[in-house]
Amino acid sequence: MKSFAPAASPAVFPEPPAAFAFVEDVLAVAAAEIRKLRHDPMELLSRAVQPTLWLVVFGEVMAHLRGVPTGRLSYLDFMAPGILAQSVLFIAIFYGIATIWERDLGILQKLLVSPASRVALVLGKALSAGVRALSQAVIVYLLALIMRLHVDLRPINVIGVLVVIIMGSALFSMFSVVMACLVRTRERFMGIGQILTMPLFFASNAIYPIALMPAWLRTASAINPLTYQVDALRALMVIGGSSAFGLGTDFAVLLFGIALFVGLAARLYPRMGI
Amino acid sequence: MAADAPAVSAQAGFVEAQAERVGEGEPAGPDAARRAASAAVHTVDLTRRFGPLVADDHVSLDVGAGEIFGLIGPNGAGKTTMIKMLATLLPPTAGRAWVAGFDIVAQPHRVRRRIGYLPQMISTDGTLTGYENLLLSAQLYNIPRRERAQRIHDALVRAKIEDAAGRQVGHYSGGMVRSLEIAQATLHRPAVLFADEPTVGLDPVAYLAVWAHLLDLRDQGMTILVTTHNMEEADEHCDRVAVMHTGRVAVVGSPAELKAQVGAAATLNDVFIHFTGAVLEQGGEFREILRTRRVARRLS
Repeated sequence: MKSFAPAASPAVFPEPPAAFAFVEDVLAVAAAEIRKLRHDPMELLSRAVQPTLWLVVFGEVMAHLRGVPTGRLSYLDFMAPGILAQSVLFIAIFYGIATIWERDLGILQKLLVSPASRVALVLGKALSAGVRALSQAVIVYLLALIMRLHVDLRPINVIGVLVVIIMGSALFSMFSVVMACLVRTRERFMGIGQILTMPLFFASNAIYPIALMPAWLRTASAINPLTYQVDALRALMVIGGSSAFGLGTDFAVLLFGIALFVGLAARLYPRMGI
Repeated sequence: MAADAPAVSAQAGFVEAQAERVGEGEPAGPDAARRAASAAVHTVDLTRRFGPLVADDHVSLDVGAGEIFGLIGPNGAGKTTMIKMLATLLPPTAGRAWVAGFDIVAQPHRVRRRIGYLPQMISTDGTLTGYENLLLSAQLYNIPRRERAQRIHDALVRAKIEDAAGRQVGHYSGGMVRSLEIAQATLHRPAVLFADEPTVGLDPVAYLAVWAHLLDLRDQGMTILVTTHNMEEADEHCDRVAVMHTGRVAVVGSPAELKAQVGAAATLNDVFIHFTGAVLEQGGEFREILRTRRVARRLS
């Protein structure tokens, strides 16, 4: 044993430049999360069920009604980006339960005693949630192709869709972490998660156009980040799709939301270590 | 050996960092300033309240460099709260503390670079492999890439789990998990290691392995602050102990000194009863007992 380097000597590394350390910490947290997923790929398969039901069952039936004015797009083309956004939202909104779980296990405390900045820790989690959500894109694209929807497969559009998904998932997963830090127990959190998902979904343009909504719901959808995520996806994902607010606005809203919730999460996260 | 060089030079840097603190003279009086700078842990009236409950009540302690120092007492004595404050997880309500020469409230980032923390709960991630857990720590502590592989390898060998490095930690035995945790908490070679009830729930073989690991680290210069409610454990392994009861320190000294003060053939149990006037029992809060049991169950 004594042949080792003096493991216990109080060795303090020359600290790397702050920006370098920050990026390394973000990537370290994200990579660890993604490794977990690699150990348990079943999780990804089980997530394919919900978007399949929405598109194949709900979508097909609603398409036959022809009651929803979706402009130049068929109803299925219209709703496919909405279902993609929704399936990303439903996963991200429960992301916070991992924070509570990790607090109970002591994993969170281990992260908090490390010198990594708190923003880096939560940003790493947000990034990993974003990357995890990409599996949903694979599923919905496959379904859409099987169902012969008019999917725009130009590389720039596909890349745009993936970026929007990472952003949307990062935003809602951080919203979820903020909620988890506030309610602190798994039981309360599950209740809150259930309460939040459907209103966010229905108060958006995911499965019907905003034009159909009563005024109060229109207001709600205007402050709902999901609306902007769907709007961007609709413009990028389907042939003939267009953005109602402009892609610039969509990206700006998503970026602002991410900054807001990452900032809040970084403030609240250390309180979970207590 | 190449790996020696950074450690040695860093030790010099550590001493320099302590010297900086002396010049600032923040604690009252030059003597206090010297103590704050030279002790591995120095607390002055450190206090933490949770609503009406005073978990730690004006605790003043000095832990010397290279000591194994035990905070001993029953559940609910304030040991875990103390460690959480010193590890920068929990802000104190009042009082001050320095770890490795740095103020835990004003300089938490510097403190974090110099400490390792072994929570009472299991802090390794069961869904990752042993190697992946260590890799995460290496990255979070920004261990230079060129040293990373060697450090992780050495840590795995030291923890005697190199054969299991590629397996998910969820399949490890309790002793292996604790060994991995110690390896993770000390991968960056901290000056001070905080270990909160490190042997709770372990079988006798794993208990011995954990202490062999801790003693090895101490022999190489690390200061270890350990909590335990097991008086025999403290008696056997700690250089000095602080007897805690209801948030206060009743007495501090080496186990031999304290026992001698109480009488011939006294045990640390007797010391506890003598200095606190309380009967040592497995009391404590419901939540703490629940947590202890949960850890014990997961480790067994």
